[in-house]
Amino acid sequence: MPDQRPSPEELLRRVEAEERQAGRGRLKIFLGYASRVGKSFRMLDEGRRRKQRGQDVVIGFIQSKVGPEVQCLVSTLEIIPGLKLQTGGTEEEVLDIVAILKRHPQVCLVDELARDNPPGSRNPKRWQDVQELLDAGITVVTAVNLQHIAELQDTIEKITGKRAQQSVPEAFIRSADEIVIVDAPPEDLQQREPGNAADTRRLSELREMALLVAAEVVDEQLHQCLQLQGVEMFLGSQERILVCITPRSNARRMLESGRRNAERFHCGFLAVYVRQTGLAPADEELVQKHLALAREFGADVHILDATDSAQAILDFAHAHAVTQLFVGHSLTSRWREVLFGNPLDQLIRAADAMDVRIFPHRASS
Amino acid sequence: MTPPATPARGRFEIFLGYAAGVGKTYQMLDAGQELRQKGVDVVIGYFEPHGRKDTISRTKGLESVPRRKLEYRGTLFEEMDTDAILRRKPEVCLVDELAHTNVPGSERVKRWQDVHVLLDAGITVLTSLNVQHLESLNDQIWQMTGVRVRETIPDWVVDQADEIVVVDVTPRALRHRLERGVIYSREKADKALENFFTEQNLSALREIAMRHVAHEIEEKLSAQDELAPEDGAVPSPVPADTPRRKECILICIDERPSSIVLIRRGRRVADYLRAECLAIYVCRDASLASLSAEDREAVERHLGFARNLRIHTEIVEGLDLAAGVVQFAHEHGVTQVFMGRSVSRNWKQRIHGSTLQRVVRLARDMEITIVAERRR
Repeated sequence: MPDQRPSPEELLRRVEAEERQAGRGRLKIFLGYASRVGKSFRMLDEGRRRKQRGQDVVIGFIQSKVGPEVQCLVSTLEIIPGLKLQTGGTEEEVLDIVAILKRHPQVCLVDELARDNPPGSRNPKRWQDVQELLDAGITVVTAVNLQHIAELQDTIEKITGKRAQQSVPEAFIRSADEIVIVDAPPEDLQQREPGNAADTRRLSELREMALLVAAEVVDEQLHQCLQLQGVEMFLGSQERILVCITPRSNARRMLESGRRNAERFHCGFLAVYVRQTGLAPADEELVQKHLALAREFGADVHILDATDSAQAILDFAHAHAVTQLFVGHSLTSRWREVLFGNPLDQLIRAADAMDVRIFPHRASS
Repeated sequence: MTPPATPARGRFEIFLGYAAGVGKTYQMLDAGQELRQKGVDVVIGYFEPHGRKDTISRTKGLESVPRRKLEYRGTLFEEMDTDAILRRKPEVCLVDELAHTNVPGSERVKRWQDVHVLLDAGITVLTSLNVQHLESLNDQIWQMTGVRVRETIPDWVVDQADEIVVVDVTPRALRHRLERGVIYSREKADKALENFFTEQNLSALREIAMRHVAHEIEEKLSAQDELAPEDGAVPSPVPADTPRRKECILICIDERPSSIVLIRRGRRVADYLRAECLAIYVCRDASLASLSAEDREAVERHLGFARNLRIHTEIVEGLDLAAGVVQFAHEHGVTQVFMGRSVSRNWKQRIHGSTLQRVVRLARDMEITIVAERRR
C-alpha cells in the first residue's frame, strides 16, 4: 500500500515506466473466492461483449468441464486450440503461445491463470505465458481463484485445511491493469455443486478475504491515479489510524485500541514519535518501551525530528491519509496553557480533516 | 382461539453496486431467471428499465406486477404496488432501487419500508442498491465527490439482509459504458463523466463497496460465533488477551447542522467496533422550552435523525454542558464520547476552558473523539 505521496522524481519514474509499457497489452483479471462463483462465465461474457463491439477476440484456453451457459458463450468465440502434452500417462493442455502470437488477436481469453505447465513446456507457469502475450501487445482477460495467490496460501490453509497445489505470485495479480471481483452468495455455490466439501462458513471467510484483497488493489490504483494527476486529495475511502507516542502517554491503551480498531476496519495502523531532546533517562526508556510495544502490535512505526511537534504530526498524518488520530492528554493543565493553548489544543484545532481521539494519560502521571 | 400463523420472514438479498450502470439490476434479474428456471414462482415488483436494452432483455418470461399510478401536483407517478404483490403472493419478488423515496401520498415514505412489508408476508425479496445511499457514508461521499446524495437508507436496513452480493465492474469499463450511451443519454453521460463518474470517484466508491460487504460478512460470521461457538473453530485473529467490557459510544448533539455529521460518523464507528450507540442533548429543561423555536426544531430534528439510525436518544437536564455529558456517560458505561469542534472561542472560554477541554478534564477514564469536519 502506498503510504507516502511520491516525490517528483518518483512520479517521473512512474511516467517513464508507463511509457515503457505503452506497447504492452492490458491485463484484466476476474478474481473469485472459490470455484463455481462464475469467473469463467464473466471472462467469456466480457469476450462476447468486446467481440460485439468489433474487437478481435480469441480464446487461448478454456477448461473442458463447463456448464451449458458457459458452453453457449464458448461457441460464439474463436478458439486457438491448446497444445496437448503427454505427462506420465495423462494428457495436459497448455497454451499454444506460438500459434497465438502468430494469430496476434487484440484480446486473448485465458482461463485458469494459476496452472502449472508440464515439464518441457515453453514456460513453467501459465502466468508466464500470459506475460509473453502481454509483452507482445495482446490484451489478456483471465480468471483466477483466490486460493491460488501464493502469498495468501498459508492463511487460506488455516481456513480450509487445504492448500492448492498451483499458484500465481501476488505481484503478478497486482500488476493487472484491472481487477474485477466475481461475487456470489456461498449458498448459491453449494447449490451449483452440492458435493462441495467447503461449508458456508469457510466460504464466507474466503469471500471476505477476496473482497479485502480486491479493495487493497483498488486502493493502490486509486492512490496512483491521484498521484499521477497531482491531486492533493483526501478521499478517506480507507480508514487509517495514527497513534501519537509521547513519554507520558498511556501508550499501551492507545496502541491496544489502535490495533483493535485497525482489525475491525481492516485498515492501516501507524505510530509516530516526535523526538524530544533532553528527556530524562527514565522518560527516554519509556519512549523506547512504547515504540517496542507499537512494533509488537504490528504498527508501522515512524520517528520524526522536528521542532514543532504538532505541525510535524499533522504533516505526517496528511501525507499518510490518516483518518483517525489518537493522542494522549495530561490531566493537569497550567494556566499558561489555558491562556495560550498547548500543543494538544493546537493539534485538535488544526487537524480538522480527521477524527482526533483523546486518551487520558496513565493515572500516575 | 389461536392467532393466525405468521409466515416465516422472507429471505432478503441485496445486489450492491458502487454506481449506476455497474449491472446490479441485470444481475438481480439474472438471479430471478435462474430461480424461475428451477420452478420458483418469481415476479417483478418494480423494475426501472432506464432504456437499457441488455437489461430489458433479462426480464423476458418474468411476470411483472403492474405498478400503482399516483398523481402528485398534476404529474402522474408510478410506484411499486405493494398490495397487489401481497395479493399475488409470489415466492420471490424482484424490487429495483431499494433506496427510492416514494412520491408523497404513497402509503409508505420509502421503498425499503414496502420491502419490509413483503418480507414480513414471507416473500423473498431480491433488490438492488448503490453504496452511496448508505446513510452513514453520506458526508464522506459528499466530501469525495461533491454530490450530496438525497435518497439515503439507514445502515441497519442493509445490515438485516440475509445476503449482500457485490456487483463489480472496473471504473474503466463503466466509463466506457457511459461513453457508449448505454447508461444515460448522450448529454447526461457527458456531464456524468466530468462530474460524478471520474475515475477517482468511481475507484473510491468501489473500494468502499468492497470493504462494506467484507465488513457485513465479518459481522455475520461473528454473530454466528456468538450464537453457537463452533467446535474446533479456527481461532479468531484477535487474541483474546483480556476480556473487554462492551464499548459504548455517546454522541453529543446540539442545534448546529454539524450534529448530523457527528451522528453519522458515530453510528459508523459504533457499527465497526460493535459498540452500543447513544445520543444526548444537554439542556436546562427537558421540555426544551428555554430554546428558541428554531433551535428547538433543530435539536428535535437531530434527535429524530439519530433514532432513525437506531441510536437511543435522551435529553439530559443540566445547566453545565460538560458536567451533564460526563455524568451521563459515567452512569451509562460510556467508553467513548463523540463531540464536534467548538466554534466560539471567547475570552471567558479562554479562562475557564472550552466545553471540550472541560469534558476532557472531567471525563477521566473515557476517550473523547472530536469528529472531522467535512468540507470541500
